[in-house]
Amino acid sequence: MNAPTSPPSPYSSAIGKSNVESHTLSVLVDNEPGVLARVVGLFSGRGYNIESLTVAEVAHAEHLSRITIVTSGTPEAIEQIGHQLERLVPVHKVIDLTLVGGAIERELAMVKVQGKGENRVEALRLADAFRARVIDATTQSFVFELTGRSDKIDQFIELMRPIGLVDVSRTGVAAIARGAAAP
Amino acid sequence: MSKQMSGAEMVVEALKDQGVRTLFGYPGGAVLPIYDALFQQDFVKHVLVRHEQGAAHAAEGFARSSGKTGVLLVTSGPGATNAITGLTDALMDSIPLVCITGQVPTHLIGSDAFQECDTVGITRHCTKHNYLVRRIEDLPRILHEAFYVASSGRPGPVVIDIPKDVQFAVGTYSAPRNNQHKSYRPQLKGDAGRIAQAMTMMTKAKRPVFYTGGGVINSGPAASTLLRELAALTGFPVTSTLMGLGAFPASNKQWLGMLGMHGTFEANNAMHDCDLMVCIGARFDDRITGRLDAFAPGSKKIHIDIDPSSINKNVKVDLGIIGDVGHVLEDMVRLWRTQSLEANKSALKAWWTQIDIWRARNSLGFRGSEKTIKPQYAIQRLYELTKDRETYITTEVGQHQMWAAQHYHFEEPNRWMTSGGLGTMGYGLPAAIGAQLAHPKALVIDIAGEASIQMCIQEMSTALQYRLPVKIFILNNEYMGMVRQWQELLHGGRYSESYSEALPDFVKLAEAYGGVGIRCSDPAQLDAAIQEMIDSPKAVIFDCLVDKMENCLPMIPSGKAHNEMILPDMDAQMGSVIDEKGKMLV
Ligand SMILES: Cc1ncc(C[n+]2csc(CCOP(=O)(O)OP(=O)(O)O)c2C)c(N)n1
Ligand SMILES: [Mg+2]
Repeated sequence: MNAPTSPPSPYSSAIGKSNVESHTLSVLVDNEPGVLARVVGLFSGRGYNIESLTVAEVAHAEHLSRITIVTSGTPEAIEQIGHQLERLVPVHKVIDLTLVGGAIERELAMVKVQGKGENRVEALRLADAFRARVIDATTQSFVFELTGRSDKIDQFIELMRPIGLVDVSRTGVAAIARGAAAP
Repeated sequence: MSKQMSGAEMVVEALKDQGVRTLFGYPGGAVLPIYDALFQQDFVKHVLVRHEQGAAHAAEGFARSSGKTGVLLVTSGPGATNAITGLTDALMDSIPLVCITGQVPTHLIGSDAFQECDTVGITRHCTKHNYLVRRIEDLPRILHEAFYVASSGRPGPVVIDIPKDVQFAVGTYSAPRNNQHKSYRPQLKGDAGRIAQAMTMMTKAKRPVFYTGGGVINSGPAASTLLRELAALTGFPVTSTLMGLGAFPASNKQWLGMLGMHGTFEANNAMHDCDLMVCIGARFDDRITGRLDAFAPGSKKIHIDIDPSSINKNVKVDLGIIGDVGHVLEDMVRLWRTQSLEANKSALKAWWTQIDIWRARNSLGFRGSEKTIKPQYAIQRLYELTKDRETYITTEVGQHQMWAAQHYHFEEPNRWMTSGGLGTMGYGLPAAIGAQLAHPKALVIDIAGEASIQMCIQEMSTALQYRLPVKIFILNNEYMGMVRQWQELLHGGRYSESYSEALPDFVKLAEAYGGVGIRCSDPAQLDAAIQEMIDSPKAVIFDCLVDKMENCLPMIPSGKAHNEMILPDMDAQMGSVIDEKGKMLV
């Protein structure tokens, strides 16, 4: 009939996959059995991505934990992820720190490097530049501890690779909003 | 009120405190203490089903027809896994259920004990929430919390898994208090600013439509009343999803009929051409929207829903209002009255003229026959002969379900129970049993297909045991008709495994259970046969032999837009309407 021929419905996360963004979600949950399984199951069940996930109790008396999730998707998909998380009964609050803006994100990594001679010197020099600490040393190896943004850690690992990278353990991202306010 | 008692006694006590008088269940080793506690009281009536899936659907039928929370009790392992389909069904259709499952004793959990399964793990994805109760101290709180969670916000099923040792343990019971969960508080009131904005959009609309859904029913009868008021005040046309039928009276002249895949021509075209869509408690499901990028292309959309995740999930809307539809409708009706708002009357008049042209296509029409019973005719007669009674209709899944939705007309909410989201064959009979228990004096009819009815036929035994006079009205086309229709549509009429071979004699089957069997194949005798069914004081299986090859139309084929429907007069071209892309869809 005489329907106006304006553009089709603008939205469908399934159709427009071009504008994928990475967001950090901070999820405050009751620290009860199964809560992590609920959150992770939601992501797998609905086909969302998890790029990094950390979880730890943050308020012992109140039994609250914070789960920090780095996920990627279109802005619409990420909005939907937030709402789906809020539907879980033990979830108190979901904050999209990327939307809030200016959040501080940190990750801790332990990086084991093996080598002799010139390589050891080079490893220590780089560690110094990245403010990494030596937390274990043998005549053949170092373990460095490093905190920072994920991309800084990525960079450090890439630099260590040709020198003699043996193993890496990373915590995943923990994040918090700047300023005085509680979110 | 605190009392010392066992965990099993707490379960029964909590059911009493929650006002539960009907409990559907099936016993087993891991719930024996609870069954023992049930034995020693008579407030809660236990209804013994014949399969745990039946318990879940019966609880759904009870809930949907009464507005109360449905409750079931099953044993560990197979008892719990048998209930899964019903739980998933309730999750998809937002039905409040509390399902109590037995579990092996806590010290055996994780040891692959006899009849152990990870019930909370398995049901995590098919419940709104679930609990494993590890300590007797937690049991009273969890029992009450479960009822709160199941019934508040967007309703859904909740599982409480109780290990056997916790059922035996003694602790202090406490009655429910006001705040039933420490943090879960769904938002009920809609944002005033947004509601005001919605009112402005409504007064300006030239081609508006109310698109309503199961949320109106879930919100309670007041929401249906308010919807009627708002429709009367605005003069806007109203359509509804399968789940929302009855919220708005089918006899009202503003009613367009159901929308979606098997909706009417006028409802779907109104959706496609509207300039303002007001979605009230519906969720833009794929059966409704058809092709997303051609969905209501020229419209502004308002979406009222209690579940924030429903808003902007499938379709981006212009104005989302989070809240219980009852509350929001109340605000809207009040604002419309107090501010003496007015719709754009002249534009509306033109819109109705257009709608009447669509209506004139008579998209639910079908070619009658004097020789065979047309399934649509059977539903029409069933409707005519039962409409003046207090009648509750349940369905199975398939063509008969859609014909029931199209040709049985509902005036009141809570009278129509069907498996919409999950599309579960086997739902109808147990749901009818649940509805009959909630309304002992009413006429309850399961409109069934000959294939679906066999999925939970064992519940005939339950119906007989409790003298429930449910009527099973089978539109027997000797096919899984909806499958056959899709095979005609998509697969060149190669009817792979969709013929109902080796059917039982349904009349004898009814009699074998102790019920009444009626068969009819002659249109001229149909009324008398239906009347006989209605008049029977017993459970009846009515084997209505209908046209085997009838297609359910109109239809929006998968992958098509609302204005690309197949109408009854296009039946002959069925095989050539869906393109390759559409075949990928379901
Ligand atoms: C449990 C389950 N299995 C399979 C299906 C797929 N399915 C949908 S309709 C249908 C045929 C139903 O046949 P019948 O009950 O005779 O109804 P009719 O379509 O003939 O009216 C089938 C197999 C389903 N919906 N549910
Ligand atoms: Mg059939």
